[in-house]
Amino acid sequence: MSIKLDGVSYAYNVGTPAENVALDGVSLVVERGEWLSIVGHTGSGKSTLAQHLNLLLSPQSGTVSVDGELVQIGTKAARGLRRKVGLVFQYPESQFFAETVRDEIEFAPSNWGVKGDDLKSCVDEAVSASGLDPALLAANPFALSGGQRRRAAIASVLAMRPEYLVLDEPTAGLDAAGIRDLTGMLSDLRERGMAVVQVTHDLGVALERSDRVLALERGRAVAEGTPEEIASYLAENPVKGLLLPPCASFAHRLRSRGINVPLTSGAAAIAEAVEKARAVMR
Amino acid sequence: MDQVPIFDVKGAVYSYNETGPPALDGVDLTVMPGEWVAVLGANGSGKSTLAKVCNALLVPAQGACFSLGLDTSDPGNAGAVRQGVALVFQNPDDQIVASVVEEDVAFGPENLGLPSGEIERRVDRALELVSLTDLRKRGSYSLSGGQKQRLALAGALALEPKALVLDESTSMLDPDGRRSFLGCLGELNRLGMTILQITHAVEDIMFSGRIVVLGAGRVLWDGRQHGFWDGKYREFGFSEPPELALYRELASRGLIDPLTAPRVDDMLEALCL
Repeated sequence: MSIKLDGVSYAYNVGTPAENVALDGVSLVVERGEWLSIVGHTGSGKSTLAQHLNLLLSPQSGTVSVDGELVQIGTKAARGLRRKVGLVFQYPESQFFAETVRDEIEFAPSNWGVKGDDLKSCVDEAVSASGLDPALLAANPFALSGGQRRRAAIASVLAMRPEYLVLDEPTAGLDAAGIRDLTGMLSDLRERGMAVVQVTHDLGVALERSDRVLALERGRAVAEGTPEEIASYLAENPVKGLLLPPCASFAHRLRSRGINVPLTSGAAAIAEAVEKARAVMR
Repeated sequence: MDQVPIFDVKGAVYSYNETGPPALDGVDLTVMPGEWVAVLGANGSGKSTLAKVCNALLVPAQGACFSLGLDTSDPGNAGAVRQGVALVFQNPDDQIVASVVEEDVAFGPENLGLPSGEIERRVDRALELVSLTDLRKRGSYSLSGGQKQRLALAGALALEPKALVLDESTSMLDPDGRRSFLGCLGELNRLGMTILQITHAVEDIMFSGRIVVLGAGRVLWDGRQHGFWDGKYREFGFSEPPELALYRELASRGLIDPLTAPRVDDMLEALCL
């Protein structure tokens, strides 16, 4: 069970002076039950890539296949893909339009023809998976706090029961506590077998929880691997706009001083490694 | 050593209108030559007013401000103060005037009526200091946000000021732009430039020697980095930068001097490996 992009290229404003190549031959596989982070600077093509995962954009060259089957825009399979792949846009709460949170969450499944008890269970599942307080279902979505709005927006996508959840900058605008809550929720969804694809410019967020990270630079995939592999790659080959988090940068610079500690270690593990090295020296 | 302070603000009070609370309500601040002071505060704390007072754009209603040793309440001093204390604003588009990079930097010295050789020397040096030499022929408006802010800084440096006052100069920059701008400031400070940096962003203050917190027009706190990160930051409602977790772990194991600033470079150096 996977989505596969093969050699996907996409340019905006083709044939005009403003032509802009956003993706240049990017290949990528997303497996069910894994958490993939796509990282890159502004303009690296990461949002364009995310919109290919449900064929909201169709590749100008290259292919998209789902579970081994080629999918093209305008086909029945493409329609099915929209339901299989839930796309959460950046600042999704800016798209609220309903009067209550319940109406907001019911909108997509009822558009697909889900009714009655089925609709109710869609909403209940989405609310519980997103960690939204059920008491807020009757509230006006604009009366919620920033963190609650983000959850309600994600719940409205989860109500379609997608198999893949693609989120564009889901942590943007949230404070540290809001980011922790959100990544905890995504982690639970992955545990339940959903694929989580997180598009972010924040390398710290990507390295912390993902199974795999894909780094983009100017529309090309420059590195792909585990968080540890990506941190090592970026420490040796800096990419504009992708700053190593302070702990990783500290750990990397300890290497030249003879202390080897994984770059994705937490502060405590790093301090412990330094303490041990110090003890050996003495 | 009897140095004259670059800024000596004494009990400064300033109100924009008679009804509301004053923007500055008795501020004392002394900044010595070569210091890099970050002034941190929320919206409405009075920090931009303080910047304008230091540059003689505003004169305190009560108390006094001496900039470069000159009393700013004397209108005769305003010109000398503004030439010696350069101001860089939040939005570089507000202070970029020419369409080509090097012409924009030349604008200030040209206005001072300097001979052309001197203008050229100053432009070369200012562009060098902000690492824009390679882009000197480019259009000012084709630059990225970070480059534009460095161009605004070069324009200020071409006046060869004794001090820089930066009013939220990093708030419009992305992380890369912010880092390159702060790197420039670090280099200038090492060369002896006095910097008064007004900001509301905790990421900005990791590099200054001294931190001053303003609130409701008063100085709430004034001290060194480590004292601020000991817990004061939370009291003032700022969130913890990621470096701080590392600092705590290293300091609690006695691996670094607790007086070390919580910055990656300083902590590595303090490890003495």
